[in-house]
Amino acid sequence: MFMFEQAVVGSRRYWAWVLCLLAVIGLGFLLYLQQLSYGLGITGMSRDVTWGLYIAQFTFLVGVAASAVMVVLPYYLHDYKAFGRITILGEFLAISAVTMCMLFVFVDMGQPARALNIMLYPTPNSIMFWDFVSLGGYLLLNAVIALVTLSAEHKSVPPPAWIKPVILLSIPWAISIHTVTAFLYSGLPGRSFWLTAILAPRFLASAFAAGPALLILLCMIMRRMKAFDPGPEAVRKLAVIVTYAMILNVFFLLMELFTAFYSQIPEHTEHFRYMFVGLEGHRALVGWEWASVLLAAASLLLLIVPRLRRNEKVLAAACVVTFLSLWIDKGVCLVVCGFIPSPVGAVTEYAPTLPELGITLAIWAIGCLMVTVFYKIALSVREGLAASAVH
Amino acid sequence: MTRKGFLGVTGISAAVLAARKLRSVFAASGPAASPPVRWAMVIDTQKCLKKAGCIDCIAACHKVHNVPEIKDRAHEIKWVWKEPFKQAFPAQETAYTEEAYKGKPFPVLCNHCDNPPCVRVCPTKATWKREDGLVMMDWHRCIGCRYCMAACPYGSRSFNWVDPRPHLRRIDIEFPTRTKGVVEKCTFCAERLARGQAPACVQACKEQKALVFGNLADPDSDVSRLVRSRFTLRRKPGLGTNPEVYYIIG
Repeated sequence: MFMFEQAVVGSRRYWAWVLCLLAVIGLGFLLYLQQLSYGLGITGMSRDVTWGLYIAQFTFLVGVAASAVMVVLPYYLHDYKAFGRITILGEFLAISAVTMCMLFVFVDMGQPARALNIMLYPTPNSIMFWDFVSLGGYLLLNAVIALVTLSAEHKSVPPPAWIKPVILLSIPWAISIHTVTAFLYSGLPGRSFWLTAILAPRFLASAFAAGPALLILLCMIMRRMKAFDPGPEAVRKLAVIVTYAMILNVFFLLMELFTAFYSQIPEHTEHFRYMFVGLEGHRALVGWEWASVLLAAASLLLLIVPRLRRNEKVLAAACVVTFLSLWIDKGVCLVVCGFIPSPVGAVTEYAPTLPELGITLAIWAIGCLMVTVFYKIALSVREGLAASAVH
Repeated sequence: MTRKGFLGVTGISAAVLAARKLRSVFAASGPAASPPVRWAMVIDTQKCLKKAGCIDCIAACHKVHNVPEIKDRAHEIKWVWKEPFKQAFPAQETAYTEEAYKGKPFPVLCNHCDNPPCVRVCPTKATWKREDGLVMMDWHRCIGCRYCMAACPYGSRSFNWVDPRPHLRRIDIEFPTRTKGVVEKCTFCAERLARGQAPACVQACKEQKALVFGNLADPDSDVSRLVRSRFTLRRKPGLGTNPEVYYIIG
């Protein structure tokens, strides 16, 4: 199989990490079996808050997947050479993130055995159908691109010419997956928290901050392990991308707040009020959202000042706070707060249960395992080339 | 002309002739025999409020449809229930009407919207709108994604978070029970309408006559006369869903 032999040889540290991930995945699988037999009542979701941590993770990770375009576009469209060594990492990150997205949607289904009904009864008026199409297509595109370019590299030959248009297609496709995911929310008449034209742009901005931030961190980890060095220029350029995207994301959020609070339309303000100060004494997410705000402020400070951003240690910290801030905002608050208050004004709070957290963690572990294995394969191919060049 | 070509032309001609014949047969017995139907409900809230604490409509509906009684509010299933005025008609209350109706319960249910967002978003057509306006559910096709629940602006849909059957006091074998993991809601009693009966809630309210059900496409029906002669409200009319449950308030 596709250079898979590289994944089954490794150091003691590599195997310890893989086994650790497999243990988390195994535990999550057992918990999922329990959810399958008891029903989704095992989670913290309710009649009022019908989507929770699973769908919020899905939403956040579509962004991580789409962000691969931030390395693919400069390299293939602008011939920006510094990204040449990391495009494959962006694509493998995208493949792992899309797989996690699909798993999160799957574990959220009440009747997972009927999942293929989406294909059996295709319904073009449902945005969920288009999300399914765009995510599936994106997974396929990235799998083909990664496979073809990496095998070409493996054989020390240039990639075939036909792959170029496929790569170019993957650029608008990446934008489409997150736009369609935003449309899942922003087209619903009774949910004013999401009923905003800026939701898709905001999704994209937060994605292009969180994804490249994660990629910078992964590059730094790999350099630390002496496995791979993308070069200082690539990291510096990625940091600029994170900076601009984060500024846009915060700007878009402030525009949301202005529209809601200056117009003072209750339907538009109450969800934000629940998120920032609580409603009727219910304040479960207030601490989380403020944590996200503080982290965002720290992120902007560390990223905007060039002297700070160019210091690698500070940049690492900036990437961590950026990622955490956006994960809280999008991977926790954005989905849940849309349901609070409910359409009939009920303030029902949501908190994930332990089995729900275990299943969520297991899917993240699957993502980590995929990134680990894919990156190992990619780097082994490069190491092999470097070694043969020396001899 | 080749043999194959001749057979092809003959076949197509025969099919066209047959189709024409069929169309004329259907045209003869079609529209004339079945006048348009648009089922709708009018709720006279004054009559409803007169009998304080009455839950006859809810009890009747939940009994014939095997709706489970689940104590945990997070997991409850409800097809018809009551909400205070402010919750049923948000943004339509004033400080004074709220005083007049404070704490008073108003029955709410699926509005069987003319333009239902739940139907628009369902990825498997497990929920759809019939020509007579009923918004239906296929409990065998629903994948339990709950997109319809996010789309419904009235909170009219319930999800089976757990197996509902242990929570049924008794099972009415005339109506299916549901499994865990599917969405359900009021169907305007499609099964009773098919037998020429009024919905169970309307039947249960025949003393108070607060619930009136009928064909809005027929200008002489009770519902048509009521919506023409009395001032009615609909829930969240600004959303463009066109609910077909009308409330007489004053």
